Amino acid sequence: MKALVSIKRVVDYNVKVRVKSDGTGVETANVKMSMNPFDEIAVEEALRLREAGTVTEVVAVSCGPLACQETLRTALALGADRAILVQTDEELQPLAVSKLLKAVADKEAPQIFIVGKQAIDDDSNQTGQMLAALTGWSQATFASKLKIADGKAEVTREVDGGLATIRISLPAIITTDLRLNEPRYVTLPNIMKAKKKPLDTLTPEALGVDVKPRLKTLKVVEPSKRKAGAKVADAAALVDKLRNEAKVI
Amino acid sequence: MNSPDEDQILDAISRWLERDVRPQVKELEHADRYPESMVATMKEFGLFGATIPREYGGLGLPAGTYSKIVTRISEVWMSLTGIFNSHLIMASAVTRFGTEAQKEAFLPRFASGELRGGLALTEPDCGTDLQAIRTRAVRDGDDYVINGTKTWISNGIHGSCFALLVKTDLEAEPRHRGMSLFLAEKGPGFTVSRKLEKIGYKGIDSAELIFDNYRVPASSLIGEAEGRGFHHALGGLELGRINVAARGVGVANAALKDSVRYAQLRKTFGKPICEHQAIQLKLGEMATRCEAARLLVENAARIYDAGERCDMEAGMAKYFASEAALENSTEAMRIHGAYGYSTELDVERYYRDAPLMCIGEGTNEMQRIIIARQLVARNPA
Ligand SMILES: Cc1cc2nc3c(=O)[nH]c(=O)nc-3n(C[C@H](O)[C@H](O)[C@H](O)COP(=O)(O)OP(=O)(O)OC[C@H]3O[C@@H](n4cnc5c(N)ncnc54)[C@H](O)[C@@H]3O)c2cc1C
Repeated sequence: MKALVSIKRVVDYNVKVRVKSDGTGVETANVKMSMNPFDEIAVEEALRLREAGTVTEVVAVSCGPLACQETLRTALALGADRAILVQTDEELQPLAVSKLLKAVADKEAPQIFIVGKQAIDDDSNQTGQMLAALTGWSQATFASKLKIADGKAEVTREVDGGLATIRISLPAIITTDLRLNEPRYVTLPNIMKAKKKPLDTLTPEALGVDVKPRLKTLKVVEPSKRKAGAKVADAAALVDKLRNEAKVI
Repeated sequence: MNSPDEDQILDAISRWLERDVRPQVKELEHADRYPESMVATMKEFGLFGATIPREYGGLGLPAGTYSKIVTRISEVWMSLTGIFNSHLIMASAVTRFGTEAQKEAFLPRFASGELRGGLALTEPDCGTDLQAIRTRAVRDGDDYVINGTKTWISNGIHGSCFALLVKTDLEAEPRHRGMSLFLAEKGPGFTVSRKLEKIGYKGIDSAELIFDNYRVPASSLIGEAEGRGFHHALGGLELGRINVAARGVGVANAALKDSVRYAQLRKTFGKPICEHQAIQLKLGEMATRCEAARLLVENAARIYDAGERCDMEAGMAKYFASEAALENSTEAMRIHGAYGYSTELDVERYYRDAPLMCIGEGTNEMQRIIIARQLVARNPA
């Protein structure tokens, strides 16, 4: 069984994000980029399935500019068998990514496609769901546990009220939640080995996908600054403020 | 600038440091406990083979990349680098001077971390003046029988193989012609007499080793020729100095980073102390020292990687960077006021760790003498 995992290159989670002065987006020039943390969890899960003998091949896919190769190299260093970059400098919105991933899925015919539940840059939380709609495959979102047996996937999902466990048929789209696993480290010997693994490049045109943005970003602004705190004289003053100013009690 | 490869490597190291090392340093360090689980990860990371050639199972990293790794780790806990550094110097002696059979027998085991150790040069009566060592090896059939004492040996307790410097000829003139370097694996006659207590550089073991009629096969004599040991031991010191210098950069950086942060948080007389000129002068000097030290290390590493002699440049880097670490740690303590003197913050550890780098791998007095000698040799009047 083949597993596909999608990888997005995002601003590193340790970076303090700054909005561009013209308000069109966030600054990404000279900013440390790395793999979207939810995608790391996706890679880890696929690797565990391979180590358990359920999956035979793990293929990492990324869509975006040439620099995404670096992020794919990280996936290869983590243990993916090969990688595919759908290369484009066009701004990619979730629907475009879903269409590209569908086109790759058509070519690769995986039994399981593991996708991060969202990317930490735009927090869209759409790609996996739209990919399921486009492929017509089953989907299980926000997975915190995944078991595959007898051609079915049993997935525990993190939902508002607690945990829901569902069984779905394959092929399927799984989106990962934070607690699915703790990703392994990239080790230095594996970084060296990853250099020899295949990394193929495709283009949206070759896949016949129109990736033109459908949504227009009007403005991006910094979150409003947190107001300075205030000291209160005693508990009574605090209760008064909570009741009358903050109106939370 | 780092290459993309270096970025990926340093990124991998940083993740480990932040996730597994930083949260544990204080406890392990204060208890002087050996970081077993970190050593296990270091093995997985390939650090015990970082500079060992790839054909023998190592990563074959150049000194430039290696020194950046050492700096990065030292920014979090300098001691950890001691666990693989003298080990790699031992490996480099085998790589450079060993026979093919010795390379095949030892390097893959060194690279995997299965066999770990370091350098056993210093004795109770001599460190700088290594030609005065008294540990003696006497040929007996296919073996040598070794008697003597080594001290201050890093990894002495947890390591199991050491590059052991001995005298094979007491009469030789000059004295170094009578010295030889062996690969000594622990066995009958090779015991650890005690763990040495020290003010810093904790977690890693420094020990006294006793050789009492310890037998090694003649095939363990590096290069299988007597009288080359001094040369072999010194041959590794260029890389060793680059390494200690890189550690110095790490500690100096850590002291600076903590100070820059604290100076913005701590307020006196109505403003953060970073706005007082006295503190600004300190920060300015500390940052400049870090940058200069880093550049000296990069320069020495570049020359080393080009295969050229770099004892002068490595000496400059070692001297300057270790003094930078010491000065920055002292200044960090002043900037932190009483909190710098507290054992709850990391500053006190930098202050205890920094002096080692002025002493180990050739004292800073000796570094300046070496630099001056080279200077004269390269510029005859
Ligand atoms: C924590 C720690 C770990 C160590 N790990 C190892 C290890 O793994 N393996 C190992 O072999 N050794 C190790 N050492 C030993 C270290 O290399 C020596 O301490 C160092 O070489 C200095 O030698 P010494 O202590 O005998 O000082 P000495 O040689 O006695 O020097 C004393 C003082 O005299 C100065 N001096 C000496 N000769 C001259 C001269 N000609 N001109 C001017 N000044 C001079 C020195 O600079 C120093 O200030 C370690 C030491 C420490 C503290």
